Amino acid sequence: MSSLQFDESLILKDMEVSSKEEAISLMADRLAEKGFVKSSYKQAVLEREEEFSTGLPTHGCSVAIPHTDSKHVNQKAISLAILKHPVIFGVMGECTTTPVKLIFMLAMDEEHSQLTLLQRLMQIFQNAEMLHYFCKETDKSKIKEKVLTQLEFSLKGGE
Amino acid sequence: MNKKKQVLVACGAGIATSTVVNNAIEEMAKENNISLDIKQIKIAEVGSYVDTADLLVTTAMTQKEYPFTVINARAFLTGIGVDDTKKQILNELVK
Repeated sequence: MSSLQFDESLILKDMEVSSKEEAISLMADRLAEKGFVKSSYKQAVLEREEEFSTGLPTHGCSVAIPHTDSKHVNQKAISLAILKHPVIFGVMGECTTTPVKLIFMLAMDEEHSQLTLLQRLMQIFQNAEMLHYFCKETDKSKIKEKVLTQLEFSLKGGE
Repeated sequence: MNKKKQVLVACGAGIATSTVVNNAIEEMAKENNISLDIKQIKIAEVGSYVDTADLLVTTAMTQKEYPFTVINARAFLTGIGVDDTKKQILNELVK
């Protein structure tokens, strides 16, 4: 299994966008520039988000986890965008919307094999304090460390 | 003996969220000694299981009417209301 790609260049801090489409496009472009996803990835994520929203209201700021089929992915990676001003996403499984401040874009290279990683991510979403930290912290390397520490167990252990 | 219940777990692309939900339901079944036939599928594939499924747990929005109960699984991802969702699912499983 390839290792997860996540570094400062995949953290987009204070991103100023006016729509979720713009946010997704910028993030997908960055992943594509780095070669982690195929050129088809952006359109696939945009279409999927249109059909199946990924906005998640939490006890802190709302998050979204845009993603798509593994066939558009070269190497497993995560990109994190911290928006200057929230943009509206549809809420997962509902007709309602939520203003999203943090976007975790997932590029998954294998189907059904990312369980521990996903569970770790969900723990971030259930931790209002940590979400608040990501919104406020200005030092990208600290944000990176925090995310990796949170996800690390899944990357090292696996079992 | 009752026939094993068939539970469909689905999200849009069948890759990210349904994996988490799938695992949560497996654990629930184990805790409660219920044996289940869990199918992790894409939401577009639900149609092929209309005759066999007893329950659909999904993070995707479903506009269609199905002959079985549909439960929104978002709570497993955010932790908000997860106990209620588990109770709802369990109620369906012991029906």
